[in-house]
Amino acid sequence: MTSSNSQLVTIQLPTALRTFTDGLSEVKVEAATVEESLNKLTELYVDLKRHLFDDDGKLRSFVNIFLNDENIRTENGIVTKIKSGDVIMLIPAIAGGVVIE
Amino acid sequence: MTILETVGRTPLLPIFEGNKGTRIFAKAEFFNPSGSVKDRAVKGMLDDAIKSGKLTKEKIILDATSGNTGIAYAMFGAALGYKVALCLPANASKERKRLLKIYQAEIIPTSPLESSDGALLKARQLYNENPEKYYYPDQYNNNENWKAHYNNTAAEIWEQTNQKITHFVAGMGTSGTFTGTARRLKEFNPSIKTIPMQPESPLHGLEGMKHMASTILPGFYDPTLFDGQINVSTEEAKKMTRKLAEETGLFVGVSSGANVLAAVKLAEKLSPNEIIVTILCDNGHRYLSDELWD
Repeated sequence: MTSSNSQLVTIQLPTALRTFTDGLSEVKVEAATVEESLNKLTELYVDLKRHLFDDDGKLRSFVNIFLNDENIRTENGIVTKIKSGDVIMLIPAIAGGVVIE
Repeated sequence: MTILETVGRTPLLPIFEGNKGTRIFAKAEFFNPSGSVKDRAVKGMLDDAIKSGKLTKEKIILDATSGNTGIAYAMFGAALGYKVALCLPANASKERKRLLKIYQAEIIPTSPLESSDGALLKARQLYNENPEKYYYPDQYNNNENWKAHYNNTAAEIWEQTNQKITHFVAGMGTSGTFTGTARRLKEFNPSIKTIPMQPESPLHGLEGMKHMASTILPGFYDPTLFDGQINVSTEEAKKMTRKLAEETGLFVGVSSGANVLAAVKLAEKLSPNEIIVTILCDNGHRYLSDELWD
């Protein structure tokens, strides 16, 4: 369900996942938190779900989420609130790499 | 003697014995001077380029890398007096970037969304814009890459197993290690089975490994060498990587854990006394910042 304080957010996808989004490199959804935006994304593109989340519904350990260039794992995590116009990037954490320079 | 001459002739270590008596051995490639299997391909490509005159002192060595190849270029560049520029996805680990800088290599960051394919396309573009400035080995399409394994890795395994190897299992990045080793082993003994390990998902954390179905295929990629395929998830590879450190004293990277896991999965299906060989691509020091070790 969409919360009353939903905001329009852009989710940018890695090339590895674009086969599951009909080739789209970004998808816009309305959501109040990072978690809600990812749920919206996987409702739109169901096949994405198992690549982002494990069987217990937890975000896979090697998927990093950047909200406007900040890694949310080192901030408030998946419950981080979003503002209108925010950009979320889903990035594979190859070898723990996190820093965008 | 230069540091390049210390590449190869790595030990073959016993890892596990399967419950049916199947034995698993691994080539400890972290014994190479820059710490990974990539030293073999880089030495092969640079030796060839220097001998043929393609690489001269005025040129900058340019290539795309997710890390280990870059570290080998950077180390050998420093040893031989060549400048090195590397297209590297911006999400590569801090340890890698720091090592590259220590060796004075220039890092050209590419989009983290596009992984190694983004780096590859950027290197190609830079070279095409300025072919006089760079020597572009192109590790994904340079035959010296797989030949290094055809001439050396495979021959070493053949000798170190007293010609008794029955199965070879390894993951693929450029596919150089797999292609060269498998091709030669099959020439030594056509009944040897050679099986690639593949990440289960296109989005994975197996450093240096490519999910071939969703990425740009290397020029020398050769599926005619495949006797099946073993899929591995990042989570189970990480578990095996921890187990290797805890139970065998081998502190290696996740791609090595994935290779060993693929060998263990294969061993479950084999009859006693078969000998499986796989590759330990690099050591764990390069991944100390990974949450895997938390």
